[in-house]
Amino acid sequence: MKKLIIDILLGSLLVFSFTSLVLLIAGAPVLDAFKHIWLGAFASSIKISQVLSVWVPLTLCSCGLLFTFRANLWNIGIEGQVTMGAIGAMAVLRIPGIDPTLTLCLAFLTSMLCGGAWGLFAGLLKTRGGVHEIFGGLGLNFVSQGFILWLIFGPWKRPGIASMSGTELLNRKLWLASLPGWRVATAGIIITITILILTWLFLQKSRLGLKLKAIGQNPKAALLYAISPERYYLQSIFIAGSCAGIAGFIQTTGVYHRLIPSISSGYGYLALLLVMLSGYKIVLIPILAFFFASLNVGAIQLPIVLQLDSALAGVIQGCCVLCALFILGIRHDR
Amino acid sequence: MIGELSLPMLIASVLAASAPLIIIALGETLAEKSGVINLSLDGVVLFAAMAAFVVAKETDSLLLGFLAGGCAGMLTGVIVGYFSIYLHLSQVAVGFALSLLCRDLAYFLGNPYSRIQGPTMLSSKLPFYDSLPSSLQIILSQPLTVWLALLLVAIIYYFFSFSKAGLNLRSVGENPAASFARGLNPAKIQMLAVLGGAFLVGIGGAAYSLSLKPGWGRPQGAEGIGWIGLALVIFGGWNPIRVALGATLFAFLQVSGIGLQDLFPGIPSQVFQTAPFPLMIFTLIFMHFSTSRSRKQGYSSSRLQRLAGKLFMSRAPKGLGQSYRQE
Repeated sequence: MKKLIIDILLGSLLVFSFTSLVLLIAGAPVLDAFKHIWLGAFASSIKISQVLSVWVPLTLCSCGLLFTFRANLWNIGIEGQVTMGAIGAMAVLRIPGIDPTLTLCLAFLTSMLCGGAWGLFAGLLKTRGGVHEIFGGLGLNFVSQGFILWLIFGPWKRPGIASMSGTELLNRKLWLASLPGWRVATAGIIITITILILTWLFLQKSRLGLKLKAIGQNPKAALLYAISPERYYLQSIFIAGSCAGIAGFIQTTGVYHRLIPSISSGYGYLALLLVMLSGYKIVLIPILAFFFASLNVGAIQLPIVLQLDSALAGVIQGCCVLCALFILGIRHDR
Repeated sequence: MIGELSLPMLIASVLAASAPLIIIALGETLAEKSGVINLSLDGVVLFAAMAAFVVAKETDSLLLGFLAGGCAGMLTGVIVGYFSIYLHLSQVAVGFALSLLCRDLAYFLGNPYSRIQGPTMLSSKLPFYDSLPSSLQIILSQPLTVWLALLLVAIIYYFFSFSKAGLNLRSVGENPAASFARGLNPAKIQMLAVLGGAFLVGIGGAAYSLSLKPGWGRPQGAEGIGWIGLALVIFGGWNPIRVALGATLFAFLQVSGIGLQDLFPGIPSQVFQTAPFPLMIFTLIFMHFSTSRSRKQGYSSSRLQRLAGKLFMSRAPKGLGQSYRQE
C-alpha cells in the first residue's frame, strides 16, 4: 500500500514536471495555465455538467475496451464504432411519424447493433482473415469517417447548404432530457452507470469474464480447455462495439443533437489510454474518466484566455500513461 | 489520364507525394527488422514536421529544419527503445500512448507557428534539364526529398541483404537469444535500429512540412500517414523495395483522388480526401489474403497466382514484438 502511494506521488510529480517543461518551452505562464484548466472544468455547474457529458462517452468506451483488453485484443477500431453507433441512431431518428420515446428506444438499440456489427467486422477480419485487429480497426475507422462525411455532405445534408457543421438539428422532442440548469443528459448518466455495473458483473462474476481471461493469457491453452478463442474474440469485440455504439447514440441525442463529422471526438482513442492507465481495473475507470474529462473540458479555456492550443489536455493525458508505464517498468525490473 | 491530369503530371505528382511516405516506411522497416514495433509513427511524423518547420522558420535554413525533424524523431525513438528494450514493456502500449502524446505536443507547441509562410524546398533542376524532352522535364523536376527517398530504398536494401551490420540486425530480429550466443549485443543493436528508424521517420515528417505540404497548422495534412506507413511495412513483407512500391501506390490513390473529384462533382471532396486511407489498408489486406492462401497449399494452379505468391511472399521477423531478457 505504501509503495502504491509513493508510485502515485512519483507519477504525478513526473507528469507535473513534464507538463511544466512543455509550458515553459511554449513560453506560457505555468501556474496560470493549470489554474485556468481547473477553472474551465469546475468554475460553475454548467462547466461541471460539461465535464460529465464528456465523462459519459469516455466511461462507456472504456467499459467496452475492458472486454477486448481482457481477451488481449487491441480494439483500436473503437473510434469508428462510436461513429457507426451515431450513424445508426441518426438513421432511426430521421424516420418521421413515430412516437418520440419509441424512436429514441429504437435508435438506442440500432446504435448498439451498428457499433457492435462494426466491431464484429474487425473481429472477423482478425479471426478469418488473419489481419491484426489494429490494422483492420484503423481501416474501418477511416471507412466510417468517409461514410459519415458522405452522409453529411450528401443524402443527409441540411437543405440548401452542406457544411462541416453537420446535419440539421433534431426535433426537440428527440433530445435526451436534462435537469434544469444542467447541460448533461440525465439518461446518459443513468445508462453509463448501468453499463459500468453490468461490465463489473460480467467480468468478475460470469463465465464469460473468466473465459476471456483464459484466452487473453494463453489462447493455445484455452483451446485445449475447449474454449474457442475465435468465438470469444468475436463476442468481446461485439460487446465493445455495442458500448461504443451507445456512446455514439448519446453524443447524437444528448450532446450535439445532430450528426457532425467528428461525432466521436477522439473519445475512443482517449478511452484506450484511459484503460491502460487504469491498469485494466474497473474501479478506477469512472475516477480516471472524470479526471480525463475535466482536463478535456478545462483545456477549452486555454485558447481564449492564454492563446494556447487546447491540445495541452492530450499532452497531459498521454504523459500520464507513459509515466505510469515507466513506473510499472522500473518496478518490474527489480 | 484522370480528370485534368496529363500522364507526365500524374507521374510527377505521384513521385513527389510518395517520397515522404517512403522515407517514413523505410524507417519503420529498419526498426521492425530488429524486432521492435514502433507504433508511435503517426504522432512522431507530426511532431517532427512541427519541429522541422519551427526550426527552419527561425533559422531560415532548410538543412537545419530537416536535421531538427530527424532529431525530434530520434528523441521519441529513445523513449520507444528504452521502454520496450530495457524496461520490457508492451511495445504496442508504449507506441500508442506516445503516438497520441506526440500528436498533441505538436499541436500545442506548434500553435504560434500556425498558418504562416516559411522556407519551402522547391523542386530542383537537374544539371542536364534543358536537353530533356518536355514530358521528362515535368517528371524529373522534383524536390531533393524524392531523390533522397529513392536513394534510401537502395541503401536500405543493400544494408539488409549484403552488409554484415544488416545481417546482425536481422539475426537479432529473428532470434535475439541465438544472436547473443553468437556474441552480439541484442539490446544495443535493437536500440540503434530503433534510433536510426526514428531518425528517418523524423526526416519523413520534415519532408511534409518543408516540402510536400509546406507550413504548419491544425490539421497539418500529414495526419494518418503514420498508420499507413505501419501498414505498408507489414503488408510489404518487411522488404524495402515492396514497401516503397506500396507507398507509391498510396500516393497514386491520393493523387488520383484529386483528379477524380472533378469527374464526380456530386460527391463531396472530403470523401475523396479520406478514401485513400481505407482503400490502401484494404488493398494491402486483400493482397495479403490472396497470397497467403496459395502459400498454405504450397503450390498453386495458376501461373498468375504463383507469380503473385513470389512477389508478395512475406514472413515477419520471428522475434517481432517480443522483448528479450538477457539471462
